[in-house]
Amino acid sequence: MSALVDEQRLESPPEGDYALPRIKPHKTSEIVRWLRTPKTIWCPGCSNGTITRALIDAILGLELDPEKVVIVAGIGCSGRIAQYLEYSTVHTTHGRALAVATGVKVADPSLDVIVAMGDGDCSAIGGNHFIHAARRNIDVTALIFNNSIYGMTGGQMSPTTHTGDKSTTSVYGNVEAAFDLSELAHAAGATYVARGTAWAYRQLVDVIAGGIAHKGFAAVEAMTACPVYYGRFNLTADPAEFLRGQKKHAVPASKFEEGVSRLREQYPVGLLHHSERAEFVASLARLREQAQEAHHG
Amino acid sequence: MPASPVLMQGNEAVAEGAIAAGARFFAGYPITPSTEIAETLSRRMPEVGGSFIQMEDEIASIAAVCGASLAGQKALTATSGPGFSLMQEMIGFAEMAQIPCVIVDVMRGGPSTGLPTEPSQGDVMQARWGTHGEHSVIALVPSSVYECYTLTVEAFNLAEQYRTPVIVLSDALIGHMREAVTLPEPGSLRIAERGTPDCAPEEYDTVVSDLDNILPRPPLGSPFRVHVTGLVYNRRSGAPETSDPEVASDLGRYLREKIYHHRDAIARVEEYEMKDAEVAIFAYGSVARSAKAVVKWARARGVPVGLVRPITLWPFPTLAVDRMAERVRTVIVPEMNLKQMSWEVQAALAGRARVVDFGRVDGKLITPAQIEELVKSEFYYQDWEKS
Repeated sequence: MSALVDEQRLESPPEGDYALPRIKPHKTSEIVRWLRTPKTIWCPGCSNGTITRALIDAILGLELDPEKVVIVAGIGCSGRIAQYLEYSTVHTTHGRALAVATGVKVADPSLDVIVAMGDGDCSAIGGNHFIHAARRNIDVTALIFNNSIYGMTGGQMSPTTHTGDKSTTSVYGNVEAAFDLSELAHAAGATYVARGTAWAYRQLVDVIAGGIAHKGFAAVEAMTACPVYYGRFNLTADPAEFLRGQKKHAVPASKFEEGVSRLREQYPVGLLHHSERAEFVASLARLREQAQEAHHG
Repeated sequence: MPASPVLMQGNEAVAEGAIAAGARFFAGYPITPSTEIAETLSRRMPEVGGSFIQMEDEIASIAAVCGASLAGQKALTATSGPGFSLMQEMIGFAEMAQIPCVIVDVMRGGPSTGLPTEPSQGDVMQARWGTHGEHSVIALVPSSVYECYTLTVEAFNLAEQYRTPVIVLSDALIGHMREAVTLPEPGSLRIAERGTPDCAPEEYDTVVSDLDNILPRPPLGSPFRVHVTGLVYNRRSGAPETSDPEVASDLGRYLREKIYHHRDAIARVEEYEMKDAEVAIFAYGSVARSAKAVVKWARARGVPVGLVRPITLWPFPTLAVDRMAERVRTVIVPEMNLKQMSWEVQAALAGRARVVDFGRVDGKLITPAQIEELVKSEFYYQDWEKS
């Protein structure tokens, strides 16, 4: 992981009125303090460890109270992050992490709630919860590990598997179209949308930190390398080559030309969307005040 | 000042009971015939400083309830058959992760969309076995508006005490019925509060619940930094461990015994005119109202009929069945389904008395007249014309 930290510098900061936090990566000794175990079930070459590190870096960089950090995760490769992190953690069911997180955040607004999901977790089985969490603009951060495939079950196609891609359930090539998760989040009402890659580590840390710092629903799409399944079937089984592919495909949002995108060849990275809108938990608090005044006053 | 009676609907009584129990979080999705619970709580929760969320579906509703409970709040959801089916996944999560919460199922005719506005008792086995895997469950069955209130309070108490989801099985009749009720004085009901572990965070992994001492879990966002999981986990450390058969067996048996070990303490039954009964009617929920009327009718004619009304349906009240088996020759089991509980009664009786079942699945109530006919044939030697 650590080799990647210095390999890639952040591209030019995104334009607009919202400045992303610039986090200085922390030493490995500071990072591992927040891991429960040095062992993971992730395959060799998988980027999930990089994203896990980036998340810890972002939490440390924002100087969050670690006792108030709650990680809620779904099912799949990404879901395992819950058991590895030394915060309050919940490993929920497939697709339901955001719905559980909604209950957590509403019940205790003082918590920093970060939701880890895979692409299938987020947009197939959990698609309904994803769009409604975005619509409510609840102040949680959805960190989506997008590897374009179901890894945990051995490489089946997901809603982010591109047309034509091979998987163990699309052996002739996928006939379906893929979701662009960031566009989906934006369309559903997310007030912070950003994308990073495992390749560009510092940018990844910053877009995660930006999402956590943002008051409202933040969708952070982390493009992860899955050389064992997605790569082997479609691109390359070589982790380094997979990551170099991310470097080629990822274009800074500011330089990205509309219409050229499509995730297979080229996609924008960095802060993609930021806006301000009433946040759900704050709205509930105002509602509560009004109701209590009417009731008692 | 003594409380005065108020006219209240069963569903409203559930909502008020939840608030009295200290629930401050409701997440739900509209569905007949439970919707009034959501409507009432959308007004009442903010008034008492709580939260109401209308979620995108029933799966999300019970998921949010689990989240709120993990963050330290008493939480509930309410639904009916189709929604209850959707909730089974997260009820299983709550069982596995030992999350106290309350699920109110206002039963209607099924399967599928079925009879949305008509009562049924078709979910009693789903309440027991709806989610996959070995587990235990607590389910309470109100048969009056008053009980909708008190049993909702009791459901929260049991949920906290046993760290488990508790199901309240109401039905379209009880939920929509209005009765004059005198609610218990505030403070007169026992309210179980969630405790915190009596140890330092670093010692937390060394304390472990046993069947007689079920320890509370600290809320998310505390120095304890707990891990909650739906995977099989080591009961001591809380860490997932899926490749050790001993750990899996220990947890699986614990989750079952946690309830079964205490079933006689949990199981509540009303026994009415059972002292000298030769025939018992075993009836629950709204059907028990018809059954009780029949017992009164029979007793007025000197006929020894009694009522056994389980208030706790799960864990199944086997002690009450044992008592019943000592004296009666026949147990009549009328229910708004086809034999769901009658099989259970038959199994518990183990041949000690005969079971006569009577089921309706047409969305209509079982009337006293229908039960009367069954009683009459048990006392065929009685001259019913004269009495």
